[in-house]
Amino acid sequence: MAERIATEIAIIGGGLAGCSTALHLRQRNVPVVLLERAACGSQASGVNYGGVRQQGRTLVELPIARRSRALWGRMAELVGSDCEFMATGHLKLARNETEMDVLETYAREAAGWGLELQLLGRNALRDRFPWAGDKVIGGSFCTDDGQANPRLVTPAFARRARALGADIREHTTVTAVERGSDGFRIETAAGLEVRARIVVNVAGAWGHEIAAQFGEHVPEEPISPNMCVTEPLPYFLTPNLGVVGADLYMRQIPRGNVIFGGGRGVNDAKAQRARPLPESALASFQRALEVAPNLRGAHIIRFWTGIEGYMPDELPILDRSATTPGLIHAFGFSGHGFQLGPAVGAIVTEMALDGAPSTPIEPFRIGRFASAPSKS
Amino acid sequence: MVAERLPPVIVGAGPAGTRAAETLVHAGLRPIVIDEAPSNGGQIYRRQPSGFTRPGKALYGFEASRAAALFGAFDRLAGSIDHRPNTLVWSIRPGSIGAGLMHLVSSERANALPFDQVIFATGATDRVIPLPGWTLPGVFTLGGAQVALKYQGCAIGQRTAFVGTGPLLYLVAYQYAKAGAKVAAVLDTAPLSAKLRALPGLSANAQATARGLYYLFWLRSRGVPVQLGIHPLAIEGRDGVTAIAWRDPHGGSHATPCDAVAMGYGLRSETQLADLAEVPFAWDALHRQWLPTRDAAGRTPVAGIYLAGDGGGALGADAAELAGERVALALLQDRGAADNGRSHADRIAAINRRLDRYLRFRRGLERAFPFPAHLAGDLADETLLCRCEGITAGEVRRAVREFGAHEINRAKAFSRVGMGRCQGRMCGPAAAEIVAGALGVPIEQAGRLRAQAPVKPLPMAAVLDDAAASARHG
Repeated sequence: MAERIATEIAIIGGGLAGCSTALHLRQRNVPVVLLERAACGSQASGVNYGGVRQQGRTLVELPIARRSRALWGRMAELVGSDCEFMATGHLKLARNETEMDVLETYAREAAGWGLELQLLGRNALRDRFPWAGDKVIGGSFCTDDGQANPRLVTPAFARRARALGADIREHTTVTAVERGSDGFRIETAAGLEVRARIVVNVAGAWGHEIAAQFGEHVPEEPISPNMCVTEPLPYFLTPNLGVVGADLYMRQIPRGNVIFGGGRGVNDAKAQRARPLPESALASFQRALEVAPNLRGAHIIRFWTGIEGYMPDELPILDRSATTPGLIHAFGFSGHGFQLGPAVGAIVTEMALDGAPSTPIEPFRIGRFASAPSKS
Repeated sequence: MVAERLPPVIVGAGPAGTRAAETLVHAGLRPIVIDEAPSNGGQIYRRQPSGFTRPGKALYGFEASRAAALFGAFDRLAGSIDHRPNTLVWSIRPGSIGAGLMHLVSSERANALPFDQVIFATGATDRVIPLPGWTLPGVFTLGGAQVALKYQGCAIGQRTAFVGTGPLLYLVAYQYAKAGAKVAAVLDTAPLSAKLRALPGLSANAQATARGLYYLFWLRSRGVPVQLGIHPLAIEGRDGVTAIAWRDPHGGSHATPCDAVAMGYGLRSETQLADLAEVPFAWDALHRQWLPTRDAAGRTPVAGIYLAGDGGGALGADAAELAGERVALALLQDRGAADNGRSHADRIAAINRRLDRYLRFRRGLERAFPFPAHLAGDLADETLLCRCEGITAGEVRRAVREFGAHEINRAKAFSRVGMGRCQGRMCGPAAAEIVAGALGVPIEQAGRLRAQAPVKPLPMAAVLDDAAASARHG
């Protein structure tokens, strides 16, 4: 027999943004149901690279990134585990003068948003990071950034939200969402029906599908970044590492494995399947060895990828629906969702309960893709 | 006329791969045969390095003539096949449209190989159940202990104890004793009653059964203690093995002094390539493993992907030879070798009738040497389960009970079990038993560890240097 639940807020998607929303809503005692078709954190939130960085974010994203960083700093208190978050710093490398110019310009601009960066020349960088290869000519260091274990974070948010009373339904696929005069009605494949006053669309790479059901068409693309991990090596690389151009990102965990990514795999978003493309990873091997030549003897023990929703301008949709009162969108995080996720939950909670959020979200309007076809 | 196509590829040059290659060559094709070893034979008939001159009888015992026949068959294919020894297929993806692609690496080179038909004859490795002390120096799998003897003429210790269950337990102990190594004890977890009950099924292969009994009586007649129905407790020692502790069926505790232990509980199929090739898997109760699905001739549901031999469920070397021939015939049929279609079908049916006997025998073996799943499921919390990542049985149970892992991949994500160099090929079967136990569900509901490339650790430099070389020369 079909089960029916009436709630205040229904969340569609058990990624980090969704689970953080559930947690923040429960902190304010709001009834909430979260629907996740697999297990919480099984897509991009759970299989991403694990970088927790503000450095390099588009400037308009920095207020969310700053707010999220504060939450990362008290993760143990928030969800009961530090989820292996470590403020190791984030070092962004330049491999030529043009890239160094990019770092200098960004450091100047980011300072205006409250993000302090240290610019390091060739010698200063080598004094501090002696592993750096000859190709590296300088860098920009953000002390405040770090890294965490993505496999642990979202499930930890889900567990804490559940402990606070959130009704989290995993392995529950949403088959229909519609709004009537008295709010939303959601049907699921398992026969569960949820009625809610507000619906939060945090469906990640599939967020555009839900938006489209309400006449809002956005050009979100499913992207699968290639990532790989080496066998454990002596611990030499403390900061989370990036390069200008973002064609390489790399970090080492204290147990010794070096995790790096670059290039893209392939996916079938409809079937929720993705696979890394080893041949496109070869170029990232080359780039990794250029910045850290001591990786030369390392063995790769695993490749993987996931499915992330990318927007053309690599900024998320974080907005109220333009067509449907009570519908809130937060998806298309374009590879930034892991660091931003905790704050997104706080912001969506304010949007749902308070009207205006305390963090500016104007740049993330759903209507900004004016050329996209829209029924409304 | 057969249309212009890529040559078929065979991965693995053991009994199945060798017979598949032979069949394809007889049909006029020139298959590419890729194998990790320097020469053919697989694990069971691993050939000694050139310059080693021990006679086949000393290396393979009763199987010497089988081994010689297989080597002869392969050697006669020289020039008719594209043999790529010392080569690992570390990744593969099926061709949904057009050719699939596999990635190879050897000590000399790395390259990508397009294909449209491939036979996986990837064999099997020992099924391991951890116990306290199993990572001490001097502890090997039964297969590893046997390879040391066959390939290099080495024993793993001066005084070796053999523990586990299955026919390999007796065979390797016999081979060690016969080679002059001291066998401290043969400790079989299967009770005598199981063996007696299994006799009707074992009669499907009377010859193999007779050999097994011969090994048992030969060992006993030479004073080797052979204990049935035992419960292994721990491998003892600090810097190496000094003893194995075990309990007899009446509850008495024993410690058998030894300086090496060979252990194993039957075989588990090597299925990573089939997984990467997106072949669907199904639970197989007999092998207690998720196995790639295939039809009666060895075709998987993925076009162009075929399976033969122990890689699709371990039935042994003789069955693998038959399955290798059979799958090659299926491949030829699919290739449109129409003139032979009828005779191929007849031959496949004839092989299937013979293979049926091996399957009956395999069922008998499972009754004689039942997999002691409880030993894995009941591992103490503090026992090291995943040796690559240093994860204990208790950490896996915690991933289930405290963090809510509902299947083994989730337990892997939370605890790192099976996430290291071997990707769970060693600890996976035991980890699944622990997950099932912690969830309180039957083993088949514990899920299946998903494979990821590379199948085995991939040296970055080798791959890069080759990419650079082909850029220069290409």
